[in-house]
Amino acid sequence: MSSANAIWKKHEFFEKHSIILLIGILIVVAIGGLIEIVPLFYLKSTVEKVEGMRPYTPLELAGRNIYIREGCYLCHSQMIRPMRDEIERYGHFSLAAESMYDHPFQWGSKRTGPDLARVGGKYSDEWHREHLKDPRSVVPTSIMPAYPWLTKPLDTHAVAADLKANQRIGVPYTDEMILKARSDLLTQADPDDAAMDEFQKRYPGALPRDAGPARKQPTELDALVAYLQVLGTMVDFKLYDAKKNLR
Amino acid sequence: MAESALKSPESSGETTGHEWDGIRELNNPLPRWWLYTLYATIVWSFAYWVVYPAWPLLTSYTTGLFGYSQREVVLEEVARVREARAARGQAQLASASFEDIRSDPNLLNLALATGKAAFGDNCAGCHGVSATGRTGYPSLQDDEWLWGGTLPEIERTIRFGARTSHPESRAGDMMAFGRDGILKRDEIRSVANYVLSLSGKAYDPKLDLARGGEIFAQNCAACHGDTGRGKQEVGAPDLTDAIWLYGSSPEQVIATITNGRKGVMPAWEGRLDDATIRSLALYVHGLGGGR
Repeated sequence: MSSANAIWKKHEFFEKHSIILLIGILIVVAIGGLIEIVPLFYLKSTVEKVEGMRPYTPLELAGRNIYIREGCYLCHSQMIRPMRDEIERYGHFSLAAESMYDHPFQWGSKRTGPDLARVGGKYSDEWHREHLKDPRSVVPTSIMPAYPWLTKPLDTHAVAADLKANQRIGVPYTDEMILKARSDLLTQADPDDAAMDEFQKRYPGALPRDAGPARKQPTELDALVAYLQVLGTMVDFKLYDAKKNLR
Repeated sequence: MAESALKSPESSGETTGHEWDGIRELNNPLPRWWLYTLYATIVWSFAYWVVYPAWPLLTSYTTGLFGYSQREVVLEEVARVREARAARGQAQLASASFEDIRSDPNLLNLALATGKAAFGDNCAGCHGVSATGRTGYPSLQDDEWLWGGTLPEIERTIRFGARTSHPESRAGDMMAFGRDGILKRDEIRSVANYVLSLSGKAYDPKLDLARGGEIFAQNCAACHGDTGRGKQEVGAPDLTDAIWLYGSSPEQVIATITNGRKGVMPAWEGRLDDATIRSLALYVHGLGGGR
């Protein structure tokens, strides 16, 4: 009885000093984090070796910001799990490498709408524009909200700063990319732009997106569509070695 | 208050000794079933550590007794199902000629079922669940074809798409005659009037039809043909029938000529396998308009 009481006495010390209790909680949680999270940063097997991943273009990155601003992730996941039903519907399961330039990642945790991890190339740009403005105009049974306000011009003043912030946390943007961020954004939105070749050298595999009559002043819609159209399309699965990347 | 005063049928009355403002904490034992379940989960966790991948190390992680990999399991499962499907006829759908498939009722049924399912998931978003299309997205129920309505032609359109970045893609843009300054506004008005007359639609008799015809011959006939019957090599639609992809009102026709049109159909190669693409071709061909 007396030894049990001694334990309770020590426990009483935590219970009666909230700051001590808080520090105790932090230490316990930190141990969990140390074991579960920290190894992911140094284990080489966390991120697969793949061909084709590149940082987002300024237009795609701007679109990604719209995606986050509008809360698309609340209803759409970007994570095809390694399960047969998901692979049959959406394609190859998502790789860690595919979101290595995402800060923060957009895996999501809820699928009110379909997964978008490989939506890139599944529809035309025009379809996406119509669908975002009024989903039921193309999919009569859709329950997705309409986003008609996305037709306003894209605010591009912070795009270089966006690239720079991403560079600082490890995305391999070069200083040249940051310097040319705004002009690259406008170039990608205009297939006839003279600087297209130079732009595509900086961002291999990036496709021009026709912003239509608004070429010189892309809308938020154009940016969001550019982002959606690149989702899941970067990794070259012909060169991907599944055997080497079993986890 | 003595401990005995806290005694009840559920409690011995023992307390932890903690007391705040006269409120004391009973020290009742945990229900046995709960406690033993807790012990069992602890034992289970040790077994889990040994059997499954669990602990991170300095350069790798423990892979567990059987080297279990979720990715390996699912890749094997997908491969197994593909094999089973191939054995059921999917392999023939990918390799046999369209004539052979159509002459084998079992194979044709399999193709149509496969095509129907794939259509709902991949094509209905644009062409509609019953393939009737809508403005900008052609109906697949009729027998007018932008890029050709034979089975190999349909297969090619599905495989490489229209106006995509694929090198084999169907290509041909309707130019923006107004926006790019090729035609003036009054010229566009008269050629639109002429185009409407081609299919017997009501047109404005006040506008000079012959002049519209001249402008058509100079600017439009290269793709749409001298008589406006269209040209499938470049996806130029027939202008003499009652089917209008972008609308048939004078305003819509003028908008089409002014700003151009280039509807995109995605390329499905790589996203869908050969058997599915060819099944889709057979399904679409069989909707009624196949040639």
